[in-house]
Amino acid sequence: MRLHTRWIAPVSAWGAVLLFVGATPSPMPAQQAHADNVTGHAAAGRPLYERYCVGCHGKDGDGAGDNAQWIDPRPRDFTLAVFKCRSTATGSLPTDQDLYNAVSRGFVSTYMPPWFALTPQNRIDVIAYIKTFSAKWNGGQTATPITIPDEPAVSADGILHGRQLFQDLQCWKCHGPAGHGDGPAAATLTDSKDNPIRPYDFVVGSRFKCGSTNRDLYQIFMTGLDGTPMPSFADLMQPGDAWDLVHFLRTLQPLASPEATTWRAWLTAHPGELKPIGPEGTQ
Amino acid sequence: MGNGLLKGAGRVGWSMLALVMMLSTMAPPLGATASANKAAVANLSSGLRAAYTTYVRTTSRALASRSLAIPAFARKYNLACSACHTVWPELNNFGQRFRDNGYQMGNDRDAPNWRDPSYWPIAVRTTPQFRVETTDHQPIDPAPSEAEITQAGFDISGIDFLMLGTLYKDITFGLVPTLDADGTAGVEAAFVRFDNLGNSPWANVKVGKFELDNLLSEKRFTWLSSNGGFLYAYHYQPAGSVDNYAFGLGDNQIGAEVSGHSLNSYTRYSVSVLATDDGEAGLPTGKSVDAMVSLSQAFAAGGGLGPQRIGVFGYLGHRPTTFQTINGEPIPGTYGDHKPFYRVGATAQLWLGKLELLPLVSHAQDDVALGGGTEKPEWNTALLEAHYVATPRLMVQGRYELLRMSQQADPATEKTFGNADAFAVGVRAYPFMFARTGMAIHGELAMTKTIGMAPLSGTGSGEPAYDPLTAIWSRSLLLAFDFAF
Repeated sequence: MRLHTRWIAPVSAWGAVLLFVGATPSPMPAQQAHADNVTGHAAAGRPLYERYCVGCHGKDGDGAGDNAQWIDPRPRDFTLAVFKCRSTATGSLPTDQDLYNAVSRGFVSTYMPPWFALTPQNRIDVIAYIKTFSAKWNGGQTATPITIPDEPAVSADGILHGRQLFQDLQCWKCHGPAGHGDGPAAATLTDSKDNPIRPYDFVVGSRFKCGSTNRDLYQIFMTGLDGTPMPSFADLMQPGDAWDLVHFLRTLQPLASPEATTWRAWLTAHPGELKPIGPEGTQ
Repeated sequence: MGNGLLKGAGRVGWSMLALVMMLSTMAPPLGATASANKAAVANLSSGLRAAYTTYVRTTSRALASRSLAIPAFARKYNLACSACHTVWPELNNFGQRFRDNGYQMGNDRDAPNWRDPSYWPIAVRTTPQFRVETTDHQPIDPAPSEAEITQAGFDISGIDFLMLGTLYKDITFGLVPTLDADGTAGVEAAFVRFDNLGNSPWANVKVGKFELDNLLSEKRFTWLSSNGGFLYAYHYQPAGSVDNYAFGLGDNQIGAEVSGHSLNSYTRYSVSVLATDDGEAGLPTGKSVDAMVSLSQAFAAGGGLGPQRIGVFGYLGHRPTTFQTINGEPIPGTYGDHKPFYRVGATAQLWLGKLELLPLVSHAQDDVALGGGTEKPEWNTALLEAHYVATPRLMVQGRYELLRMSQQADPATEKTFGNADAFAVGVRAYPFMFARTGMAIHGELAMTKTIGMAPLSGTGSGEPAYDPLTAIWSRSLLLAFDFAF
């Protein structure tokens, strides 16, 4: 017993010091989020945010975490409540499901990894906490996802029409005539916080920032990527036009797809018939 | 807010104090005398010396490197330690998934040719410390004297150089050279891993020297002291085992592993075929193989810091009992007549809010020829480890483990001979945490009670008491700065 009692004091003192070093206060925000029939609570999301997210997005959600200085593109600033990947119209808040999908999927070509190793409850709890960083979420209004019509069958005519839209809407100015992301305006692009930003390079064949399916690509046209130079084309294109553009853009990717097969067959049958894309194509 | 903090801190502090006091009362009175079994002891203790040599050698090797917290990955991916670690070095499920995926995060930052030229996939970990080791009933000169031995002072741990990274997409390497505190160099891990074969997460192959797929990892756990820094479930061998029988389930082994996992790593399996050398390079006891199988399944249940996971494991090993000699010395690689042993068990990782529970039960059996008696020695272990993760920067932990012999190699041996109980409590605090380096302020108190055998820690004189039924208490107090750069 003599031995043990002489250890109690130093161990307890050490423990007390460590407790003060490591402990943090914990207010209890009341925001909720809902996705995949799971309800998230901000109070539960806070410790998870402080474990997984704070290093980049910062304690206050302003995208100024300790690691932000080394990260390109910079982490999202949640205090602005402006999000790229939405199913809702441009200028509106995303749905909770949009944010949940983004956290689960991660963002290709950024440092944001897919977080699907966390439980669904963990992820939606984090979403609820992220919503506490901006007063825009306090109104309780529910943003409505846009309607995505059924995808038409791939056809050579549709791809040709999509190609013409790529020319006419001047997509090539940023994404480049061949989709390399090297258009004449590419080097000048910045996001809403004046950070340089690069257009998507279709030729690398990676998934898109906001998904990987044709529906995801359709959604990107029609909602835009808020906070970036990529606008919404919802007011400029009919659904059929958007699907044609989707099918054309798939032909720019080095992937085996119905669009690529159809397009190769058309090119073989119609050699030399295409006008170039780019400044020459406008003449 | 401030009051709440103080109240919370006070509760934890007093709880820890109460636990320390409770454990103190469980210790035996110092100076307990040897019983009437002195005659039997003389024979047993002499027979045990070889086993202890193996014992201590195994343990020392296990303790030499127990560090897989890799700031090089944090630097690479710009994630805080807490993204992959419950508290480092213990992995959380996100970190487990990262590891299962061949240390690839799943975005284009994985590619080695994407890295900034200044990126260097090396991290270093070591632990300056102050420690006190006290072990009672230790034989000293002149025989048959016994005494309580206390060894105390500032010390250092070994140094681990952690190098892991991607060679190419889905091809990973791991290399961990180590430097023991006495300057002895070693290779703790050296492997190449091929991931996502056939574009499937269910097929991955690793070849080289690596840690077994233990759900309760000894390389990543948060105990550093001599008596707390290993598990009896992984390292125990009965008294009288043959001298060349070296094995630790927590030791890195040499061989090949096929493993797989679901996309989120909730379902995991691994099958390993291993050399019979307990991680010793150079094929010293080769010519046979060991095999290890582990399975685990996680469930997204409850609102804790991670999924609930349960798992089972089994290890079938073989060790030689004969060898050829030259000038009376064994010739490496000529060992033969291998005899089997096995370890089977079940474990779990359970979350109750911020409280993590890590139970483990196991059963072990050695062949008669390995046990050195007339029966197959068998024993069972059970442990419960608990972590209260107050924040990513503060964790309070406790562990209790027991080992009970169920069959002695020599039926005449007392049933309790070889039994062990181990207790440990500790605190780890991380004063800062970002994506470049890591440091933990570590406090730990660990105690073991062994009957008839010296503790695995090897502290004191590393010998059993003269009386085989005398319980030996060994205690470690460790205050340390555990850092990785």
